[in-house]
This record gives sequence, structure tokens and C-alpha cells, in this order.
Amino acid sequence: MIRFTHTSKRYPSGFDALQDVNFHMPPGQMAFLTGHSGAGKSTLLKLIALLERCSRGQVFVNGQNLAKVSRRRIPYFRRNIGIIFQDHQLLFDRTVFDNVALPLIIAGESQRAIGKRVRAALDKVGLLGKEKSYPITLSGGEQQRVGIARAVVNKPLLLLADEPTGNLDPELSREIMQLFEAFSQVGVTVLIATHDLSLIKTLPYRILTLKDAALVADTDPST
Amino acid sequence: MSSRNHTPRRNPLSVLHVYVLRHLQVFFYSLGQLSRQPFATLMTVAVIGIALALPTGLHVILKNAQQLSGGWDGVAQISLFLKRSTTDKQARHLADQIRSLSDITTVSYISRDEALAEFRRLSGFGNALEALKDNPLPAVLVVRPAWQDNDPTAADRLLGRLQQFPAVDIAQLDMQWVKRLFVIMDIVRRGVLVLAALLALAVLLVVGNTIRLAIQNRRDEIVVMKLIGGTDAFIRRPFLYTGFWYGLLGGAIAWLLVNLSLSVLGGPIEQLAGLYQHRFAVTGLDLSATLLLLLFSILLGLTGSWLAVGRHLRDIEPS
Repeated sequence: MIRFTHTSKRYPSGFDALQDVNFHMPPGQMAFLTGHSGAGKSTLLKLIALLERCSRGQVFVNGQNLAKVSRRRIPYFRRNIGIIFQDHQLLFDRTVFDNVALPLIIAGESQRAIGKRVRAALDKVGLLGKEKSYPITLSGGEQQRVGIARAVVNKPLLLLADEPTGNLDPELSREIMQLFEAFSQVGVTVLIATHDLSLIKTLPYRILTLKDAALVADTDPST
Repeated sequence: MSSRNHTPRRNPLSVLHVYVLRHLQVFFYSLGQLSRQPFATLMTVAVIGIALALPTGLHVILKNAQQLSGGWDGVAQISLFLKRSTTDKQARHLADQIRSLSDITTVSYISRDEALAEFRRLSGFGNALEALKDNPLPAVLVVRPAWQDNDPTAADRLLGRLQQFPAVDIAQLDMQWVKRLFVIMDIVRRGVLVLAALLALAVLLVVGNTIRLAIQNRRDEIVVMKLIGGTDAFIRRPFLYTGFWYGLLGGAIAWLLVNLSLSVLGGPIEQLAGLYQHRFAVTGLDLSATLLLLLFSILLGLTGSWLAVGRHLRDIEPS
């Protein structure tokens, strides 16, 4: 699903964010990406979502070489990836329902399909009763779950999460992780960047560790 | 991941239906956004309206002036002011003489008494005339030449010939001032065009700047849209419709301002025309002019927002 081959990213400032990274994630796998801050976790996710382009090597997502995706095609490419942010990136002037519906509206779905799928997504994250609320009235954990609902409402094949539990207490963090596990179990590929080592060590998933822009460890308890 | 085999294919008709529905939604959504900030919207729209009302109003004035002067179009006439010693009989004889010349269509005689009566009636200085013992006005022969107004040398030749008659005091080509008026109107018309072009540019900048601010205010929203796969066209759409509304509302205000001004000015102008014994009704903006004004202002609004969106949307990228 995701393949990095000798991938490097150097920012225009001359800063090397990633150097010669190689790994492969098969479809349906769930993995954590960890490392100290500034190690390149966010950059790696950005390369997958085409928020940045690599300066050397290649990135493949679902067999597609991202270097060949033109600027105009990027929106259509992103519609097949669900992205979850630490700061949620919700629109505070719209209801929970409208926030979650946004990807479907962008994709041009019919009104009926939108209603059905938004409610299904909200049901999955346990927020069905909150669809008419505004995000500002929700707790941090609830806001994050709205963000997750929005990311999965399109039924993407790939979920990326950047520090999804960054601002949450351990209890809420575990709940969020359980949500990701649920998506993984239905075949979605999930890659989560986090520095919450104490949490992920208890979970039976692959861990990719970045240090100073290089991939230094790749442990997978299932093999 | 270009293949989306996990979503069922939709038939083209329902895709079109959804597309039209989305446009309608954005159409009214952008209007709703504007109505949420009525004061700011009103300010912008008023600026556009005033900027458009100016050339539109001048255009209306010009059109009325043209209508007013239209009756004189192509009429060249020569007034022969006769010496005061000329008798009625001599004058009539001279008229016959001139009538027999070539290049003359009509000659009409206005006696001194008639001239006085007309002056009394038209000038409004009738009372002043009472103070004079004598009628100060000369008799006039109004000569209409057969030639067209585009030959100044022929006019001069005829003028010279008419001047030769001993009874003629002054021969005056009345065409001159009509010509001057036309030239002046042409200058004014071009001035209005230049002014309209400049003000159109101003409207473009006003809309562009307003949309630029709107884009900046909604930067977060644009970033989110881009993150979840919104195309440029999708993100652009609400801003373009906002520009459309600015244009339409600005045009409507311009229309209102012009018509208001005309209704304020219309009464006195008709009174003034009445004083000149002229039946004259001020014509406002007709339907086609109104539609043209609205169309033009909408076009300006759209273009202004298009320029702003094209320039600033690309700068906003999620990071």
C-alpha cells in the first residue's frame, strides 16, 4: 500500500528531514511511526499525502508513483486518503454533521448518500447524538473523533494520523487507538505518527522508528 | 489510488443533478455569508454602486442632451438680420429675390413686430421691453440652404453672396453653434467613456480587494478543503459567487442612485424646458440599459473575484 524507496526530503532551507528511507506497508496493515520531535515523522506523512514532494527516491501509494501525480490531480488523490491531525482541523462555523459531510460534498455525492454515510461515520466514532452540535462545544476527545469520522466518511483505503492523541489523556488515547484498530480490522491501512511510546508498546503492531531523518528501527511483533 | 472501485458508478444524469444542486447551494450560501455581515457588505456594494452610478448617470444625461439636440441635427439655417431702415415691402421683395437663387430651400420672413412678439414670449424679458419706446429688434430672413452641412466652403460662398444684398446688416450661419455643440457632446461622450473605464477598473479593484480579504479570513477553511481533496474549482466557487453578488447588488444600487437622482432633477429640468417653450421629458434608464448595467456590473464582480482568487488561492497550501 505504501512503499518508500531510497526516499529523501530536503527542504529549500537545506534541512534534511528524511534521508534514504526504505520501507513497505502491505494493504490492511496497521503501523506506528515514532521518533523524537523533528525526526521526520510529519514529513513522512506529508510525502504520502502529497503535501510535500520528496527530493530523491520514490514514494508509491497503492502502486502509484507519487512523482507522476500532477498538481491538478492531487485533490483527487487525497480523496482516497483519510488524514487525521493533532489539531483536528475542523471548521468551527459548521456543525459536526457539516464537518463530516465535507469530503462527500467535495466528491459530489448526492444528498441522500451524504446523510446516510455521515451518520454511519458518526455512529462508528460514537458521536451520533452530536451531529447538530458545533465543534467548539465538544471536548478535545470528541473533536478528535469528529476529525476521525471526517477522515473515514469517504471509506478511504488508507488512514494517516499525525499525533492523533497528542492532546488527550491516556484513557481517551486508548479509546482513539481502539477506533483505529477497528478500521484496520475491516481492511483499511493505518499509519499513525505518535511519540506516545508507553501507549503503543502495549499494542501488537509494527513500529517504525525515525531518528535524525533516518529510519533506524522497524519492529513487527506479529512476525 | 486513481481507481475508485469501492464506490458504485453513478449515472451521468444524477451527477449533473448533484452538480447543479451544489452550484445552487453555493449560490445561496455565498449570499447568506454576505447577509451575515450586512454592514461590511453594504459598504462594499455602495462603493461599487456609486462608482457605477457616475458613468451611468452621465450616459443618461448625454442621451437626454442628444434627444434635445436631435431636432437640430442636419439643419443648417442662415439668419439675415436686415437693416432697421428696411421696410416691410422691401423685406418681402428681398425674400422673393433670395428664394429665386439656386441652393435655397425656403426663406421665411420674420417682421420686426413678429420678432418682438416672439422675444416677448420666449425670453422672459417682456417687461423690460415695455420700458423701451422703440422696437429694438431687426427684421429677420431665415434662409434654409439646400446643401448639406458637410460642405463649409459652399456655406461660406452662400453667406458671402447673401451679405452682398444692401438691405442685409448681418448674415449669420446658425449651423455653427449646432456643430460646436455636437463636437462638445462628442468630447463629453469620450470623457464619459474614459471615466467609465477608470471607474470600472476601480470596481474591479474594490471587488478584488474585498475577495482577497475574504480569502484571508477563511484561510483555515481553505486549508482544510485542500487537505481533504477539494479541487481549486470547488474552493474557488463560493468566492466567485460572492463576486457575482457584489456585482449584482452594486449594479442595483447604481440603478437606484441614477433613478433617484433623475427623479430629483426631472421636475426642475422639465420646468426649465417649459420656460424655453420646449416640451421635454427626461428619459431614465430603459430596460435594455438597465440589463446592460446589471450585466456589466456582474461581469466586473466576477472578473474582480476571479483575479483575486486566481492570485491568492494558490498561495494557500496546507503545510
